[in-house]
Amino acid sequence: METALARSKTNLWSGGKSPFNVSYGKLMMWYFLMSDSFTFGAFLISYGSIRFSLNRWVDHNYVFNKFPFTEANLPLAFVSLMTFILIFSSVTMVLAVHEGHKMNRKGVEKWMLLTILGGLGFLSCQAWEWTHLLTHQHKVLVDGAIQYWATTTSHNPWGPEVIFNGELVRTPGPVAFGGYFFGITGFHGFHVFTGVIINTVMYIKTRLGHFQQRGHYEMIEKAGLYWHFVDLVWVFVFLCFYLI
Amino acid sequence: MSATTTNAIEITHDEAQVKRIWKAFWILLVLTIIELGLGLTIYNMDLGPNPNHVLILGIKGVICILTLAKAFYIISIFMHLGDEVRSFILTLGIPALIFIWFIFVFIYDGNSFRNLRNTDAGSRPYIEKVEQHPAPAMKAGEKN
Repeated sequence: METALARSKTNLWSGGKSPFNVSYGKLMMWYFLMSDSFTFGAFLISYGSIRFSLNRWVDHNYVFNKFPFTEANLPLAFVSLMTFILIFSSVTMVLAVHEGHKMNRKGVEKWMLLTILGGLGFLSCQAWEWTHLLTHQHKVLVDGAIQYWATTTSHNPWGPEVIFNGELVRTPGPVAFGGYFFGITGFHGFHVFTGVIINTVMYIKTRLGHFQQRGHYEMIEKAGLYWHFVDLVWVFVFLCFYLI
Repeated sequence: MSATTTNAIEITHDEAQVKRIWKAFWILLVLTIIELGLGLTIYNMDLGPNPNHVLILGIKGVICILTLAKAFYIISIFMHLGDEVRSFILTLGIPALIFIWFIFVFIYDGNSFRNLRNTDAGSRPYIEKVEQHPAPAMKAGEKN
């Protein structure tokens, strides 16, 4: 047993097969994802750096406290729904990969379809959130007078509250907030969007029986890696914008 | 080994794999719910008259650690990186170590920038602005 193990270890690097025991496509998908994680990392760290350089930032519990069809104050509620949708679509994806290992076409189709629906659900949630932020206007005390501002890349109505003419109004908050929020969640949303497109292509190819003919479902695995990466990035976006 | 026993082994292996996937899902779900609970705790502490900022910072640290745990489960179970060859894991893991330096340095940089601005590069002591009612209004183009 031991000698067999030793032999296989030397053989690993003596040519003829992948020393990492993965195919070229999967290997390159991993390295692409690593480079993509540096892009996201740079964005998030730049956000953190700017946030630390200011005396005040916005209070996320007041910016993100709305839920569709209600005016109630529900901090964290909508974004947790988005998080659950994305985690769930990650599970359906990994189950699709698992069915692919078993060469079960029907199973792959079922779980891929659910994954695509999860992705579309997430994108719809994000569309609602962006629309709400960009169109919902708030009273802001600017230059001694009341103005109505929405949350955009150039306007931030979430500064500290002051009393003006006997009522509590907000003052302008740091301008950087909108740019970072829309920039980073937009970049992530774009990844989700391309992920949905890739998954749809994989679903169609599965239905047409391409992978069954090829004899393996490795393309589903590669699409799955990308999809899980999108989920992984969301975990950090969720942390940086909504939790801390 | 007969064909039936091989088949039986494959089926148990298959079940174990599916079980592992769902287990990872439940762990992620529970960690997310704990994070949400802690987030709401911070929200409620902020509503109070004198929030304990050290405690809030501590809770935020716990949330960060839970997030790292979630990232570990996604990468090792969902992306199956835990099942790959060790040298391959290292080719991804070692470059990722740069994040440790990256995060510390840039947050330190931001913090230093704030101190320099607050004290005009150390030429005066920092006086914290207390919110007045009504506060001096900010000009349209002014940055804070």
